[in-house]
Amino acid sequence: MNRLEMKTAHKLVGTFNYQLGQLEKGYANRTLYINLSTNGFAEKPVTELMKQKFIGGRGFGLKLLWDGIQGHTQWNDPENELIISPGPIGGITQYPGAGKSYVVALSPLTQSAMDSNAGGHFGPFLKFSGWDALEIQGKAERDVIVFIDGTKGTVTIEEAPLEAVNSHILVEQLTDMYAESEADKGTISVVAAGEAAEHTLIGLLNFSFYDARRKAVRVKQAGRGGMGTVFRDKHIKALVIKSPKVRGDLNNPADMSALKKAGQKIHEEIRTLDDSQCRMRKVGTAHLTQIMNDYDLLPVRNYKFGSHPEATKIADDVFLAKYFHLNGHDECWYGCSLACAKVVKSFQLKTGPYQGKEVLVDGPEYETTSAAGSVLGIFDPEFVIETNFYCDTYGVDALSFGTATAFVMECYENGVIDDRVTGGLKLNFGNAEAALELLHRMAKGEGFGKMAGLGIRRMKKLFAEQYGANPDFLQDIGMEVKGLEFSEYVTKESLAQQGGYGLANKGAQHDEAWLIFMDMVNHEIPTFEDKAEALFYYPMFRTWFSLNGLCKLPWNDIVPADNHLTAEPAKVPEHVHNYVEIYNGVTGANIDDKGLISQSEVVYNFQRVFNVRMGFGTREYDQVPYRAVGPVTVEEYESRQDRYDAQLKDILNLDPEGKTTAEKVQILRNYREEQYRKLCDAVYLRRGWDANGIPTIKTLERLGIDFPEVAAVVKKKMTQG
Amino acid sequence: MIKVNGKDYPWEEGLSIKQLLVNKGFTFPLLVVILNGKAIADNEYVGTVVNDGDEVKIIHLMSGG
Repeated sequence: MNRLEMKTAHKLVGTFNYQLGQLEKGYANRTLYINLSTNGFAEKPVTELMKQKFIGGRGFGLKLLWDGIQGHTQWNDPENELIISPGPIGGITQYPGAGKSYVVALSPLTQSAMDSNAGGHFGPFLKFSGWDALEIQGKAERDVIVFIDGTKGTVTIEEAPLEAVNSHILVEQLTDMYAESEADKGTISVVAAGEAAEHTLIGLLNFSFYDARRKAVRVKQAGRGGMGTVFRDKHIKALVIKSPKVRGDLNNPADMSALKKAGQKIHEEIRTLDDSQCRMRKVGTAHLTQIMNDYDLLPVRNYKFGSHPEATKIADDVFLAKYFHLNGHDECWYGCSLACAKVVKSFQLKTGPYQGKEVLVDGPEYETTSAAGSVLGIFDPEFVIETNFYCDTYGVDALSFGTATAFVMECYENGVIDDRVTGGLKLNFGNAEAALELLHRMAKGEGFGKMAGLGIRRMKKLFAEQYGANPDFLQDIGMEVKGLEFSEYVTKESLAQQGGYGLANKGAQHDEAWLIFMDMVNHEIPTFEDKAEALFYYPMFRTWFSLNGLCKLPWNDIVPADNHLTAEPAKVPEHVHNYVEIYNGVTGANIDDKGLISQSEVVYNFQRVFNVRMGFGTREYDQVPYRAVGPVTVEEYESRQDRYDAQLKDILNLDPEGKTTAEKVQILRNYREEQYRKLCDAVYLRRGWDANGIPTIKTLERLGIDFPEVAAVVKKKMTQG
Repeated sequence: MIKVNGKDYPWEEGLSIKQLLVNKGFTFPLLVVILNGKAIADNEYVGTVVNDGDEVKIIHLMSGG
């Protein structure tokens, strides 16, 4: 079927015309609201208060979602919203990593506010088309495409029955359809999911950008929390945007020279230092696979272990030597000289509906080498690439797929489920064929694929209720917090990072804090107060990227040559200063590094109260599975017996001699669980929360977010106890 | 005996910073090394000798998504 036939089959069901305009100091000063139930549109003003308190990006998403739903709204109610916002710095081209889109919606996995982010061009194009955020509510009757033409000032909702659903085909079809020529393809960006997002709760969103040098449409993923599932539940087939031609001054920054100065400095650092630091330009985040294995932090077999001799088979050098196609221009937004968006240009698929076809695969990144590799006990680079491809095109979060499949494999090997449950799939660790078949069944919504696609939290309940499994064992080995599957790090030897996962607002994602080296290797934060301070500063600092449309990687995946001479090298002070400069340079504000943290603290606490509003956000929801804290099984303990025995002696002053392994597992567990409780106490205190983990009224007042509707949520919860 | 990140660690004659990193299995590229309170640049790891009783901090920074 050709593009013309597809386009002809479109039925226009809604049109909105708007005035084009210029951005002002990083803001369009309005957001676009679309209701797919009514095919209605609205232009909402962005107030000064909204900019001051919520900044943009994730902050705008959370505020709009808060206003758009009720405390009882479910993820699949039409009332749920899907919001995309880039933030005020988003779209600058002078500093690396400034093209991120932040997505917010009620998550099908956590049933609370989720934020997830992606590179690609959609977010900046949205702003250049005149909007600080796109807010979509309602549910279409049939599959639709929303098309924003930022060159003409029109928005249309078009029923689109004939295009593919799976992303790798759909983004090509729509880029061809909406671009006027080959040269025009660079002005188009598409957001799409895939057929698995219709049948699972772990659906992701792909954000496209046109790679002119490779003449290919590439995709970056907002993977976490089921944003693709919400998207398809609303019967959105795709969002398409056509942007004015990109220029470096489209944000109309208050002080362009500040952006140029900071940019020139870091570009030079990257040029001269990246090859001897993280090699992001050559291998991207895949450089971490071997390192995590070296430090016993690479998830192996559902996080039982942290290393494996075969991990070298999926390490960066393998991908660099045989698979990655480098051309020196792997940026997912203009001006990002860190250029970590690696690509396998031509890969022949071995399985599934596209078997035998040669496809381009975006990635793999570090997390994929674990989620589609070591955590499943599989060390085959071509399995990693194939799973990476199918997760993206089907619209499945590779991290949730990998972590959930690892849980399934451990259940299968322990007899919790059998072939009758799995539909004949022999889901032992290491069985790559079965793992891929499970992914294909997820995409079709068939058999056990449908059950596994519900995620770990729901599987735990089903396995206990339907198959008589021991719920305590499932709780111990099911690697999820708040309903979100863990990302790919072993945390057993870092109490601070257990908190980094457990206390994160969205669930078990490491993007708030990654403190393992600081805690486990450097021994820099020995006390609960030290750890609590780290669990204050880093989550607040990293939240700031999400308010401004920024990628975190240029902060600390490259460091200045003299960083080792600074008082706090882990914070990379020069780069923090750069962020202050570019924020002030874009917006005309005059904040310092403390102001940056204050901005984040407002939004962070607002999100915590959001969790409370949705029925969560208290201590019981900050708990982590014991597999994240220590050895659950005798097998795990004995695999690192010297380490654990030494801890019993050195920390607990207990002689392990004469004790069974099971006894030692229990003693260590009692100790470590108590440590985690004390960590929560210290963190709550540092963050200005009460003993149950709820931000106090005093904290809300200090942050200036004691709005009546926010304070009411807190007061009501405190009254209920 | 030397101290590495606050913990006792065996010393050997002629131990360089570079060799200490190898012995410890510290393969992460973003390190800050401080020997007896003085920061050591990475191009000095080979030529800097650690003496018995020295205190070494090998601070691992962070990276990744």
